[in-house]
Amino acid sequence: MPYDPRVVQPMREEMVRMGVQELKTVAEVDAALGDPRGTTLVFVNSVCGCAAGSARPGLSLALQHGNRPQRLVTVFAGVDLDAAARARQYFSDYAPSSPSLALFSDGEVVHFVHRHQIEGRGPQDIAKDLVAAFDKFCATSSV
Amino acid sequence: MSGHVFHPGHSELHGITVVLETTGDVLYVGRYHEETDRGVLLHDVAEHRKETGGLPREEFIARTLKFGVRPQHQHLVVPREVVGRISKLAEW
Repeated sequence: MPYDPRVVQPMREEMVRMGVQELKTVAEVDAALGDPRGTTLVFVNSVCGCAAGSARPGLSLALQHGNRPQRLVTVFAGVDLDAAARARQYFSDYAPSSPSLALFSDGEVVHFVHRHQIEGRGPQDIAKDLVAAFDKFCATSSV
Repeated sequence: MSGHVFHPGHSELHGITVVLETTGDVLYVGRYHEETDRGVLLHDVAEHRKETGGLPREEFIARTLKFGVRPQHQHLVVPREVVGRISKLAEW
């Protein structure tokens, strides 16, 4: 059963404030991820106060860096169930976890951050790893 | 370790994905919840058994690190008497 929308609204708004596009339906996911060109970051949001509570600000810090993906999208695990399930089909080699992040370049997953790489870490540490990935894979395709 | 407090009020490992090596041939990877008199409670647990002829243990963990945990048990209590070493998956 999905979480109460009122509970997750602040977590949604945190993503939107970063400039990340919310994908709430299968059609929205397909529209965003069906075009493989360029670089796209998918953030699988989560209600987990600790892991996602570090991952969201970690992403926010990383996005202040010069190199960043061309497209930023998010699905909400446990909330927008169909959209999250559909998004995971685009990176089905990777076991579902939330929060998690998938960085695509021309349709290929080039970097993946699992929940186990977020747990117990602060936003600065998470941002540092993301910035390294952005530098490696997004340097020539910044917006 | 970053020193970041993950789940205040719980054990250091609460909510962390760990590798639990038993004293036997079984190894579990799952999210640590707590340790009680009964044993260690893990959530979303993948299991590796030496005798099943699958991947070698190190390769199983390497794949889990790269591709994530594929749970075979939603919840599992590992009896205290067979619990060996517990370490964070991310630090493996």
